[in-house]
Amino acid sequence: MKVILGIDLHQMFALHFMVNAYRAGTIVAITAGAVGWFMVLRRQSFAGHTLAVVSFPGAAAAIWLGLSATIGYFAGSILAAVVIACVPRSQSGRAHSEESAVIGTVQAFALASGVLFVSLYGGFLDSLTGLLFGTFLGISDGQVVALGAVALVVLVLLAVLGRPLFFVTVDADVAAARGVPVRSLSVVFLLLLGCTAAEVSQITGALLVFALLVMPAAAAQQITVRPGPSFVLTIVLAVVITWISLAVAFSSVYPVGFYVSTFGFGVFVLATGARALVTRLQSRPSGWRRLSARTAAGA
Amino acid sequence: MILTLNPVVGIGHMLDHPFLRSAFLAGTCIALAAGLIGYVVVVRGQVFTGDALSHVAFTGALAALAFGIDLRAGLYGAGIVFAVLMAALGRRANADDTVIGSVFAWILGLGALFLSIFTTAHSGTGTVGSNAGVNTLFGSILGLSSGQALGDAVVALVIVVVFVVIGRPLVFASLDESVASARGVPVRALGYAFFVLVGITVGVATQAVGALLILGLLATPAGASQRLTSRPFAAMWLSAGIAVFSMWTGLTLAYVAPKVPPSFGILAVATGVYLVAFVATAGRDRRRGRPWPGRLEAGELRASLSATRPDRPHPESGVVESRT
Repeated sequence: MKVILGIDLHQMFALHFMVNAYRAGTIVAITAGAVGWFMVLRRQSFAGHTLAVVSFPGAAAAIWLGLSATIGYFAGSILAAVVIACVPRSQSGRAHSEESAVIGTVQAFALASGVLFVSLYGGFLDSLTGLLFGTFLGISDGQVVALGAVALVVLVLLAVLGRPLFFVTVDADVAAARGVPVRSLSVVFLLLLGCTAAEVSQITGALLVFALLVMPAAAAQQITVRPGPSFVLTIVLAVVITWISLAVAFSSVYPVGFYVSTFGFGVFVLATGARALVTRLQSRPSGWRRLSARTAAGA
Repeated sequence: MILTLNPVVGIGHMLDHPFLRSAFLAGTCIALAAGLIGYVVVVRGQVFTGDALSHVAFTGALAALAFGIDLRAGLYGAGIVFAVLMAALGRRANADDTVIGSVFAWILGLGALFLSIFTTAHSGTGTVGSNAGVNTLFGSILGLSSGQALGDAVVALVIVVVFVVIGRPLVFASLDESVASARGVPVRALGYAFFVLVGITVGVATQAVGALLILGLLATPAGASQRLTSRPFAAMWLSAGIAVFSMWTGLTLAYVAPKVPPSFGILAVATGVYLVAFVATAGRDRRRGRPWPGRLEAGELRASLSATRPDRPHPESGVVESRT
């Protein structure tokens, strides 16, 4: 019997719902890592946050209508992705103001609609906290299959589109000149982001999706600037954070979303600190060399 | 709440209820403050920052509850501290949205922790814990006592007064920072003051519409008014007007249909106004062939800014310049 961090793994995996939680968590983490990496690179964090938040009214409406919450999560996020994609993107670099006002409006209205659906359904405050801050209890086999299927579609699309998408992200003008369909690529990416946000919401809760979408990618991009390694590292970090969080949440009373966001933030801070340290260490000897060269020249 | 068969009669008697009087008093002042501040938030492109501050307010309030101090101490304390921090960060490193996003996702996670601590501590006393969490997230304007409402109204009015005092240089500094600082406008100090104002606004608005829905009062009226007029000060007051209108209509809606939460009513009206503004101006832009009315270039905005100076005779020429 293995005991790690005071958590009895054997006992934990004897419970079927924990096995399902790990299956779902792994699927979600891989998808979130892959899509989040592109999201951070494309600087669409605010859009990603909004898409995640919108999954909450979707789920609340689905519960109110007596449907499965999973359908609601996806419907809400994909609908919002379409709305945001329809709003023209800012053309000049500086003035983001209109776009961000639209996103803010979508987000606030979506959350307000969520409250309306909750009120219409009539008090289910405990599951409201679950919708917002995550729960890993009671993930059914069917849900795992649904999550897996959507994740597969998202990852296959991302694999097909990855190269042109990266090109567009790094240099939109050159990509457009080369005939890459910039606009439709960004619409497809928003849809992928919507699907991913809906998946992640089911583990971390609608409000903490950011933790899995942004933090691993941000940390990995601090550690290495090379696209390939940082992409792989993002997915590894996302999976590890999810596994540890689920294990810790299993043995405590506090919500899993708290642990995911805390471990994610910890990794991000460590990565930033490590990078600052490395930069300083690298710059110091060269500074000495320059100084000694100058003194040598002076002498 | 009374479900009236005749809504018109019901609305006539609406203000007979003390809790609705409180709600209207606090709501009007909060909407005024949020509409004014929100315009500058949108112009400065800091909607994301406003969002982050609202999450901070949520965590602050729940931390206060979990440690057993007054909720408002947590709200304002956390809001102001983080506003100053963000202003400092923004100046030094131009904190990008990845950093802001990571920090506020973690802060929300902390909020979830405090909520759970508070809920478990109060699990014996019914649904107090969950209610406090839900009220902080989604607002409880109909639950304000008359004392609380008065306090909120005073705080909101102070924000409005301070804003009116620093409004002109602030808008100037927001539109064109380098020119403003060249003219001797204290851009840095204004930036800090503005962030603190946003922090306090978020704190006071949390009690009305809830931490998660503040963006609707900050960004939506401002976005709508920016579409309707490109003149900065007209847009600013129009934004405040839209916010107050949304507040009144939303509260009335919640009164007429008790199943509708007031926060939803308020935001639904604001979003409706935005949609109307969007549709109304979309046609106009196409005819003019100018795609984005809300997004003027800095020079154009500066021109319209000087065009809206108060009706003072022109100091040098006295000649009325015609704007093309």
